[in-house]
Amino acid sequence: MRPTNDDRPVLEIRDLSVAYGYDDDAVHALRHVNLTLHAGEVLGLAGESGCGKSTLAYAATRLLPPPGLITSGEVVFTSTRDNRKFDLLSADDRQLRRSRWTDTAIVFQGAMNSLNPVHRVGRQMTDVIAAHRPGPAALRTERAAELLDLVGIPPDRMRSYPHQLSGGMRQRVMIAMALALEPQIVIMDEPTTALDVVMQRQIVEQLMELRTRLGFSVIFITHDVSLLIELADRIAIMYAGQIVEDASAREVYRAPRHPYTADLLHSFPPLHGPRRTLGGIGGTPPDLVALPPGCSFEPRCRHAFDRCAREVPTLTPTAVGESESHRRVACFQHCREITNIPESLRRTV
Amino acid sequence: MVAATGTPITSTEEPPNVPHKHRRGFLRGLTFLRNRKTVVGLAMLAFFVVLALVGDVIAPYDPSATSTVGLQSPNADHLLGTTSLGQDILSQILVGTRGVLWVAFLAGIVATVLSVVVGVTAGFLGGIGDEFLSLLSNIFLVIPALPLIIIVTGLLPSAGGVTIALIIAFTGWAWGSRVLRAQTLSLRKRDFVEAARANGESTWRIVFFEILPNLTAIIASGFIGTVIFAMLSEITLAFIGVTSISDWNWGTILFWAQSNQALAMGAWWWFVPAGLCIAAVGTALTLINFGIDEFVNPRLRTTGQNAKTLRAKRIRARVGFTPVYRGGTTTHDDVKENA
Amino acid sequence: MKYLLRRGAFYLITAWAAITLNFFIPRMLPGDPVRSLINRFQGRISVEATESLYVLFGLDEEKSLWRQYTDYWANLFAGDLGLSFAYFPTPVSDVIAQSLPWTLILVGISTILSFVLGTMIGIWVGWRRGTWADGLLPVANFFSAIPYFWIGLIAIAVFAVAWPIFPASGGFDGGLIPAADPEFIASAVYHGVLPALTIVISSMAGWILGMRNMMVTVSSEDYVTVAHAKGLPERKVMIGYAARNAILPNVSGFALALGFIVGGTLVTEMVFTYPGIGYMLFQAIGAKDYPLMQGFFLIITLSVLVANMLADIAYAVLDPRTRQEA
Repeated sequence: MRPTNDDRPVLEIRDLSVAYGYDDDAVHALRHVNLTLHAGEVLGLAGESGCGKSTLAYAATRLLPPPGLITSGEVVFTSTRDNRKFDLLSADDRQLRRSRWTDTAIVFQGAMNSLNPVHRVGRQMTDVIAAHRPGPAALRTERAAELLDLVGIPPDRMRSYPHQLSGGMRQRVMIAMALALEPQIVIMDEPTTALDVVMQRQIVEQLMELRTRLGFSVIFITHDVSLLIELADRIAIMYAGQIVEDASAREVYRAPRHPYTADLLHSFPPLHGPRRTLGGIGGTPPDLVALPPGCSFEPRCRHAFDRCAREVPTLTPTAVGESESHRRVACFQHCREITNIPESLRRTV
Repeated sequence: MVAATGTPITSTEEPPNVPHKHRRGFLRGLTFLRNRKTVVGLAMLAFFVVLALVGDVIAPYDPSATSTVGLQSPNADHLLGTTSLGQDILSQILVGTRGVLWVAFLAGIVATVLSVVVGVTAGFLGGIGDEFLSLLSNIFLVIPALPLIIIVTGLLPSAGGVTIALIIAFTGWAWGSRVLRAQTLSLRKRDFVEAARANGESTWRIVFFEILPNLTAIIASGFIGTVIFAMLSEITLAFIGVTSISDWNWGTILFWAQSNQALAMGAWWWFVPAGLCIAAVGTALTLINFGIDEFVNPRLRTTGQNAKTLRAKRIRARVGFTPVYRGGTTTHDDVKENA
Repeated sequence: MKYLLRRGAFYLITAWAAITLNFFIPRMLPGDPVRSLINRFQGRISVEATESLYVLFGLDEEKSLWRQYTDYWANLFAGDLGLSFAYFPTPVSDVIAQSLPWTLILVGISTILSFVLGTMIGIWVGWRRGTWADGLLPVANFFSAIPYFWIGLIAIAVFAVAWPIFPASGGFDGGLIPAADPEFIASAVYHGVLPALTIVISSMAGWILGMRNMMVTVSSEDYVTVAHAKGLPERKVMIGYAARNAILPNVSGFALALGFIVGGTLVTEMVFTYPGIGYMLFQAIGAKDYPLMQGFFLIITLSVLVANMLADIAYAVLDPRTRQEA
């Protein structure tokens, strides 16, 4: 079902830090995040609310609203179609505007508020085509109709205003709009949270089918890990503004390496396979204004030891298994002798 | 007279984020005082309140006493000059402050009480009672207040300060009531009110302990808006001479200036100071209201408080293009754009 | 459609309320001043005119209140608003007919101008938040806190006395006879500039501040972020997405603020001795001409109602959600 992805990176996020606020009491929402999206890949971003997964997506596209401020890093986009390559964080307005939607399109979280309430749906689809691909208006309308058809909406809906559409329809219009310019990356920020379960299912399936057909890369953001395990190739787990584990979906599911990942998996019922006991995660995420000196998960971690409270772990390959060199985890347990790693964190895939 | 219109628009259309727990109200109140605009506004207002209290004591002359000096521009004896009858203008302004503030605040208080009663009741009752009260306040909103005040005061044999204040209050309560109704409606559906209702708390308890504390900011903003409206109305009435022209207030000074051809004689000292005082009090009140607005609607606030830091770091916070600040330079091209 | 019908019903009720208010006000206040005025003009007023004044002010104690009320409506529909004392023996309706066009043109043009200009500046200031454009806010704030007439006084002092480039008073050159010839129109326009400028400057600040706040609020809506994400040209995001939505509350605010603005503009007319309703009202107050004051209140309220209806229609055109058929 999943198309094979190659190793060419389309989007490389390096050392990205984001603060909310401009003073000393700013919230450090992202701290030195590194993440790469490869061509044709579905990359899932998961974590609790407020862990910074949406912040990461919006910072990487420079769409983070005030008081968001990017304080370090670079985000390099490499086109798979031509040899264009540039850093979004040092791009000027014109360059950004030109790249937006043609390279990276976004399906936003709030289906309800993503459409301009005073313009017809058709106009909102054609204006983006007009901005990037000047040409006859009739062609644009034709393209918009084609796109709506792609997501199963009758083209006469172009004459509708957003308030005349149901929540599911609006989200599908947003998806159609995202595909308007055949982008290389589509970022989906919890595209189905506002919808009921049946609609969620339909839309996710449709999305995956479209991706197979059109071959774009996806960053899929959700707090629903079990959904990601189904549809993502690779999953990055975020906690308190950092990525704590980065591995293939299968690996994350079968053999989580970070204690937080393990806990997170246990708080969702699995979609397939045997039932397992559900458990929550004790405690609350740390205060991002005043972070603990060591690992940010240390206060809630059942495997924490003395080093965890003093030093901040970085994403490194795990000591478990030779075949896992591509896998990275930010936990000191994995820097130790393999025999010292707790049983639950060294299961094999 | 448009002063009051700019600000409440946001509060009606955009449901403000109202603090859920009013226990933190005190702390949030202090945050409100940290706003520079509010502090400046309060300080300016305090200055005029002091003038209102001691104005007649510190006034160098009797404001009505005529003298033979005639029309004089500002000089050592008369700091703001004299009228054509030789009256001291500084004394008129000092003595007049009390009348202005007294009527404005009295009208503000009465109108605010009316708007709270009507607005909260309408919002809380719902149904036919709400329909009726909303209709009533919408009618009062649409009927132009000043002409109505003019005919009422014109028909009264003598209209003193309290009468004027009451008439202004009865014509000026509708704005506040409309905003409060909308807010009460949205509060009524919040969890903590539902919870109180489920607990079997009495309606009065819910209104006084759950609803009203969460409306404080909006009531305050409505109060200040009404005070501005009342001050401008009262001064306008005095200026066109429908109220008693022997009670000193800033409008009366302007009335005499206008009727004695101060403009044609170029006697700017006769009409400029009173106008500046009105503007100063009005600005003070609007500044306080801005503070309240930014407190209620956080979207207006973000850069306000950080303006200094942003300027120092040369960051322009804007939607759609997140600034990048690597400890010294910003990379977006805004600097170029402005050059 | 349903929205407009609802609004239409509201305006009918409001018009009825205003007229009824106008009926009751003189009845609730002491009637002696009017009676003494009528007595003063005894012999010069015809019987019918006295009768209509009695109806207007409720001086005929023998009639029941209901009878007075129906008579009042009958007079109103006949266009009989009584006789003006100040312009004796001109009927109030004639005085209104003479002065209303002046006010409609002056106030109409300058209010719309100020709304359009203020809204445009507000869009720009709100969009450029955090730049030097914010420096305009304290200025707008200051202007929004000054009564219209005082700005009028300053305008006269500067542009008519100290540096006399505009006339200080009147609606046209005294030597001319009102007619639709170019000379008269030129003179009327020339005389109208300063009062219009005063109204524009004093009322614009409110629109700037209101629109600016709405722009700031709307700019953080999701659809504006989407517009940025789509890489639309800045002008398109600013006008088509942010301003297009931010203007909606400003339009409904326009309807509501009209009452305040009209009050302010009337006083501006007084300052400029401009031959419109405001100045005539001022004359009526001075002469204690109660029938004229009542007539003016009615016509002002009805005009504001009509303007409100126009603003409502504009709102319905601008916001598709009010046009929903289903």
